[in-house]
Amino acid sequence: MNRITFLRVVLCSTLALNAAISAVAHADNNKLSLSVELPRMDVAEYHKPYVAVWLEDSSRKSTQVALWYDQDMKDDEGKKWLKDIRQWWRRIGRQAEQPFDGLTSATKGPGKHIISVDLNAEQLKTLPAGEYQLRIEASREVGGREVINVPIVLPVNASDYPLQAKGSTELGAVEVMLD
Amino acid sequence: MNISTPIKALLSLTMALGLCVNANAHRAWILPSSTNLSGETPWVTFDAAVSNSLFVPEYVPLRMKGLLVQDPLGKTVEVENTNTGKFRSTFDLNLLTPGTYKLSYASGGLSASWKDKEGKRKRWPGRGETAVEADFTTAVPQNADSLKVARSFRRLETFVTSGEPTVKVFEPSNSGLELVPVTHPNDLFAGESAKFQFLFHGKPAVGVKLAIVKGDTRYRNDQNQLDLVTDAKGFVNITWPEAGMYLLEADYEDDIAEAPATSRRGSYGATFSVLPL
Repeated sequence: MNRITFLRVVLCSTLALNAAISAVAHADNNKLSLSVELPRMDVAEYHKPYVAVWLEDSSRKSTQVALWYDQDMKDDEGKKWLKDIRQWWRRIGRQAEQPFDGLTSATKGPGKHIISVDLNAEQLKTLPAGEYQLRIEASREVGGREVINVPIVLPVNASDYPLQAKGSTELGAVEVMLD
Repeated sequence: MNISTPIKALLSLTMALGLCVNANAHRAWILPSSTNLSGETPWVTFDAAVSNSLFVPEYVPLRMKGLLVQDPLGKTVEVENTNTGKFRSTFDLNLLTPGTYKLSYASGGLSASWKDKEGKRKRWPGRGETAVEADFTTAVPQNADSLKVARSFRRLETFVTSGEPTVKVFEPSNSGLELVPVTHPNDLFAGESAKFQFLFHGKPAVGVKLAIVKGDTRYRNDQNQLDLVTDAKGFVNITWPEAGMYLLEADYEDDIAEAPATSRRGSYGATFSVLPL
């Protein structure tokens, strides 16, 4: 299967292209905007954190949403630290198939960042109805690690939104809005 | 302990691997710098030593001789940059194949104890000596008082994984005491329970005594040793109290031995990394 059409939940940077392909056949209200805040750190040595976002069902079956890691290093050496996004590594990252292919982008600095999640994308629209955790994990070189869980019900119910959560160390405010 | 240095050196592999669950005993271990790796063909470096404190090399090194490394396909591969120093051996392993690698030492042999005519306790091989099995009939008086002969099987292991954990290296050799994981040893998390089965010569080992101790013992006053026993099918569940590097030591003994042995013993040791959730 063509990986690019298969994995269609994308970061904002590549959203437009993919949305054009996938949004046609489905109703409105099937796109989430996930706002993730990375706090400004008062530290001598700051590296932008690695961040992973995924959906996990009650049996921990996991579906990739986004991955930010250092893509600028020679020979893709930035992958050496993917294991430090520890829960994500366990649930998704270490899989030989690398289901995060096509969902990656560069690391981002302090501030609010928007991730658009197209629920009509191939691997999300086939998810059974039920309760899920949207998990956001950040891991920073010579820094800390934090995971935030946002409970989400599929299919989405407009009255549930917006959803909010807040990190305490590596992550700031997280908000999930229905577009 | 009052043992001269050259003898200490000899002790390092032959004796230390046989030492057991006693919290004060010297403990043999192979310590990986990382157990779960990402990226293309990552490297891991290892320390291998015998010590009292975990994981502080302060007694004797484990020798490089006898180290066996199996890649995720079960193929034997070599370590690099080996060095044996005063207290530890170090070496590096390049994980060229995705999956789980096993590093192990296996040894074993006959040993005997008896009382001589004066009622004094004797043993063979003597402290720091290596038994040559052909010597058994001449070195050990075959009709001695209280003669006990044990056949021992010792095993020491650790595991590291590049990418997705695999299970090929856990196929038992059906010799001595072996661990067959239900929970993968490179997938252990604090607060979670891991299930392992122990086999002796390929059959479920019942009543294996386990002693599990977390590293950094020198920074606390108690060993906080977990003592567990395998059930009627050789299984044991271990709930890891906190994140850290652990040493698991297991001992098994029965009297289903082939002559001249009157008992058979298996010992097993392995390091396990337990990650925080």
